[in-house]
Amino acid sequence: MSTIQNLTSFDPFADTGDSEAQPTNYIHIRIQQRNGRKTLTTVQGVPNEYDLKKILKVLKKDFACNGNIVKDDELGEVIQLQGDQRVKVSEFLTTQLQLPKKNIKIHGF
Amino acid sequence: MSDLGFDPTLKKKKKSKKPAEDSASASPAPSTDAGVEDMFAGLKKKKKSSSKKLADDLLDSASKSPSVEDLSDSLGDLTLKKKKKKSKTTVDTTDFEAQLEEAGVEDISTNGEEAEEEKEIVSGLSYQTLLSRFFDLLKVNNPELAGDRSGPKFRIPPPLCQRDGSKKTIFANVQEIATVLQRNPEHLIQFLFAELGTSGSIDGEKRLVLKGKFQPKQMESVLRRYILEYVTCKTCKSMNTELKRESANRLHFLSCKACGSTRSVSSIKTGFQAQIGRRRRTE
Repeated sequence: MSTIQNLTSFDPFADTGDSEAQPTNYIHIRIQQRNGRKTLTTVQGVPNEYDLKKILKVLKKDFACNGNIVKDDELGEVIQLQGDQRVKVSEFLTTQLQLPKKNIKIHGF
Repeated sequence: MSDLGFDPTLKKKKKSKKPAEDSASASPAPSTDAGVEDMFAGLKKKKKSSSKKLADDLLDSASKSPSVEDLSDSLGDLTLKKKKKKSKTTVDTTDFEAQLEEAGVEDISTNGEEAEEEKEIVSGLSYQTLLSRFFDLLKVNNPELAGDRSGPKFRIPPPLCQRDGSKKTIFANVQEIATVLQRNPEHLIQFLFAELGTSGSIDGEKRLVLKGKFQPKQMESVLRRYILEYVTCKTCKSMNTELKRESANRLHFLSCKACGSTRSVSSIKTGFQAQIGRRRRTE
């Protein structure tokens, strides 16, 4: 009986408060082909507590490319960068902003 | 045979005391032993020895005078099991055959084989041969357990990409790859569109025409990601899975045919698509 009482003290199915399973906190880095050899990198889902404008400014300077912020109705603000900057962006997000790597998803070929 | 193999000292004692009883107790042993051996023919050596041990124990209990000395003998045998067996069995088999001949003609044919097999095993008892024998048998009987994953079923053909003009790519064997992966081609194509950020269509020969330039190598990495996400079982790493759509909650579930586990997979989302090319006229 005591073991059963032990079990009641801890509910394994209770909500632990971890929001790990939430798909919304993923950061998607995508690539799109433009005309010719040119490509476009989009970064979607950067958390709201970061100032996108400042991030963009640093990214543009670091990667030596142009870019801008696009407002999307459903997905919020998205960073667009010229060229294939996927690996560099993910590296920047993990090292400079200390974002967990498992939350970053790189798409494209 | 088993009796002799394990307890040579005990046997000797018995012989001297009551040879008649001993032969009577030994003669039924080979038939049961052979039956057990048949059952475990494809299995490892270890099992066989354990079964023999059982028979041995039975015989021991059957014999009338269990003394302290007997116990100590059997204990000593536990450590010296292998050596004694090796030295003894060759002699035993001949002894056995003689006994079997007495017992009946039918038993000889089957048990003679067994004895021969036993001889072979005893002579080549090295770990390597036993291991290779075990794997050979396992491969013949059920190759899936032997870790044989290079079967024709799960070999995915490399993607064939041809250029169609300067702006389009033809992905020739989508259909084939989808059938090998046991997935709906529509699903695979949807994933490719979402991942590559393009659009396309299927032509008359069921080939996929993608907008944009893509190398086979690039397609391969995308396919690999698809397989990891939507084909392989996370529990057993098998690719023998099925993707089902549950109409009740409109979720996709991946059920493994090898281990029976089920997990939900996320639906394919295209995500943000940047405006490329000419901009829409402002209304």
